[in-house]
Amino acid sequence: MSDTPQAPTALESSHDGTTTVMGGAASVSPMTAVGRAPRQRTSGRERFEIALLSGPAIVVFVAFVIAPVIAAFYYGFYRWKGFGPPTDFIGLHNYKVILTDPEFHRALLHNFEILALSLLIQGPLAILLALLLNRKMRGRSIIRVLVFVPWVVSEVIAGTGLGLMLPVNGAINALLTKMHLFGEVKIEWLGPHMALWTLMAILTWKYLGFAIILLMAGLQNIPDELYEAASIDGASYWQQQRRITLPLLGPTIRIWAFLSIIGALQLFDLPWIVWGEFNLDRNGISTMATYMAHYGPRTGLYGYGNAVAVVLFVISLVVAVLYQRIVLSRDIAGAVTDGRKKR
Amino acid sequence: MTTASLEAPRAKKNRSAQGGSKPKDPWGSPAVYFIALVVIALTLAPVAYIVLGGFRDNSQLTVDPAGFPHPWRASNFTHILASATFWRQFVNSAIAAGATAILVIALGLSASYVLARYRFRGRGLMFGLFAAGLMFPITVAITPLFILLNKLHLTDSLIGVILPQVAFGLPTTIIILVPFLQAIPDEIEEAAAVDGCSRLRFYVKMVLPLSLPGVLTTGILTFVASWNSYLLPLFVLSNTNSFTLPLGVQQFRGVHGSDTAAVLAFTSLSMIPALVFFTAFERRIVGGLQGAVKG
Repeated sequence: MSDTPQAPTALESSHDGTTTVMGGAASVSPMTAVGRAPRQRTSGRERFEIALLSGPAIVVFVAFVIAPVIAAFYYGFYRWKGFGPPTDFIGLHNYKVILTDPEFHRALLHNFEILALSLLIQGPLAILLALLLNRKMRGRSIIRVLVFVPWVVSEVIAGTGLGLMLPVNGAINALLTKMHLFGEVKIEWLGPHMALWTLMAILTWKYLGFAIILLMAGLQNIPDELYEAASIDGASYWQQQRRITLPLLGPTIRIWAFLSIIGALQLFDLPWIVWGEFNLDRNGISTMATYMAHYGPRTGLYGYGNAVAVVLFVISLVVAVLYQRIVLSRDIAGAVTDGRKKR
Repeated sequence: MTTASLEAPRAKKNRSAQGGSKPKDPWGSPAVYFIALVVIALTLAPVAYIVLGGFRDNSQLTVDPAGFPHPWRASNFTHILASATFWRQFVNSAIAAGATAILVIALGLSASYVLARYRFRGRGLMFGLFAAGLMFPITVAITPLFILLNKLHLTDSLIGVILPQVAFGLPTTIIILVPFLQAIPDEIEEAAAVDGCSRLRFYVKMVLPLSLPGVLTTGILTFVASWNSYLLPLFVLSNTNSFTLPLGVQQFRGVHGSDTAAVLAFTSLSMIPALVFFTAFERRIVGGLQGAVKG
C-alpha cells in the first residue's frame, strides 16, 4: 500500500469466465448472473454510447497501466542508457545479473520478512483492537477517527518525522530516558540490528488503522442474535469471539491479508525516506522497489531498471494468484454452494 | 491477558457488550478505556512530535528532543508561510490532486455506468481488465512509465503526474461505483425512456445525482492519495518549479537539514490539507471503505 489507497476489494474469476468482484464478508456479487432487465441485441446506437462512455477510461488505462507493464518486458532484454531506441539486445543477461546480485537477494528477503511479520504482528493486533473498539463505550467514534489518522498522513511526512525521532540522540530515546525505567536509553533504532523491527513498528503504526476499519466493517455484518444465543447457552465473551467472531470474520481477514501481502511486496516510500537512498542497503531495510528505484532510470540504467520491474511484477503476480487460488478460493466455494442451496 | 479474565464475567452479565444495538452499560470497563488511551497515545505521538517540534527552536530540540515548546515560537511557521516555494508547491499539489480526482470521477463514472447498465459482449473482459489493475499499485510500472512519459515530453509537467494517477485510480473507482449504479432501479430508467429521455440524457440528469455518495467517496480517496503520493512525482518531476509538497518536504530537508525545527514546521504545514479534508469527510471515507468490504 505504498501510494494509493487501494479499495479493500479483491477479484477473481468465476466459473463462467466472467469476472466478479468480491467484497469482504462472504458476499460474492455475481454481476453478470443477476438478472438485469433483458435487453435486445446491442444496437448500433448502443454501441456508440458504450464506446463514447467507456472509451476514454479504457484508452487512459491501457496507455498508462497496461502498455508500460508490457513495455517493461521488452526493454528488459536490452542494455540501454535511455538515448534513442534500445538496440543492444542482451537476452536474459539483465535477469541473470539481478538474480545473482546479493544486494537484490537481501532486498527480496526483506520483502518476505516484512510480508510475514506484517501478517503475524498486524493481524492479531488489528483483530483485538477491532473487537475492543466495537464494544459500546463513550467516545468510540472519536477513537475511530484518531486511529485512522496515520493512514491519512503521507508516507513522506511520517517518514520525515519518524526519521528525526529515531536517531540515537532523538526524541524516542529521550522520552524513554525521561520515563526513568531503564536508565539512560541509547538504542540504535535505525542501526542494522534494530532496523527490521523499527520498520515493522513504523508500518504497524501507519497501516494498523486501515486494518482496524476493515475488520470493524466485517464485525458489523455479524448478526447480534448469534451472540445472544451463545450467551444464553453460557458461552463466555472470549468463547464467543473464538467460536463466532473469528470464523465469521474470516473473509474480511483474508481480504485484509491479501492487501497487506501486496503492500509488503511493493513497499517503497517509508524505508526510502527513513533511511535514505544511499544508506538503505548498508544499514536499513532495502526492498525490491527501492532496489528498482536505485538501479533504474535515475542512475541511467534504463534496460536494467525495467528488468527489475519485470521481476517485481512476476513475483507479485505469482504470489497474488497463489493466494487467490489457495486462500480466497474457500470464500468463493462457500458462496457458490450457498447460491445453489437457495435455488 | 489480565483483560481476558476481567472481561469474561462482565460479558456474561452484559449480553449486548458486543456491538449490539441495546447499550446497557455505555461506559464499559476501565481496562478497555486504558487500552484505548494507550493506542491513541501511540497513534498520535509522531504527529504531535512533528507539530510541537515546529513550535520549538533548534536549541530546544537539541537539549531536550522530547520536550514541549518553551517558549512557543511561531517564527518557523511564519517564515515558511511567507515563502513563495511553499505556496508554489502547495498549489502544484492542489492542482495535481484536484485534476486527478475530477478526471478519475469523469472517466470512472462513465465506464462504471457502461459496466453497470449495458449488456454487451466483452463486458466481462472489460471488467476483468480494470479489476486486474487493483492488484498492481503504481510501483510495478514506474520504470517503464517514466520512459513513456519521457517520450511524450510529459516529464516536468504536472500532466505527467496526473494522467498516470488517473489511470491507476480507475480500478478502485470503478469497483466502488459499479454497485452504486447497479442499485438504481430499472424502473426509473424505463420511466425516463417512456418520457422520451435518451440514455445519455438519463446519465447526465439522473445517474450523476443518484451516485453522488459514491462519487464523493472515491473523489476524496483519490484526492488524498494524490496529495500524499511520492514515488510518481519523484520519478517524473525533475524541475523544482513543478515539485509537489511531498517532494518539497524532501527537498526542504535536504537544503535545511540542520534546521530541524524548520523541517518539522514545513512538514506540519504540508500535512494540514490532507488531515482537514479527511476530518471533514471522515464518515464518507470510512463508510466508503466499509461499503466496499460489505460488497
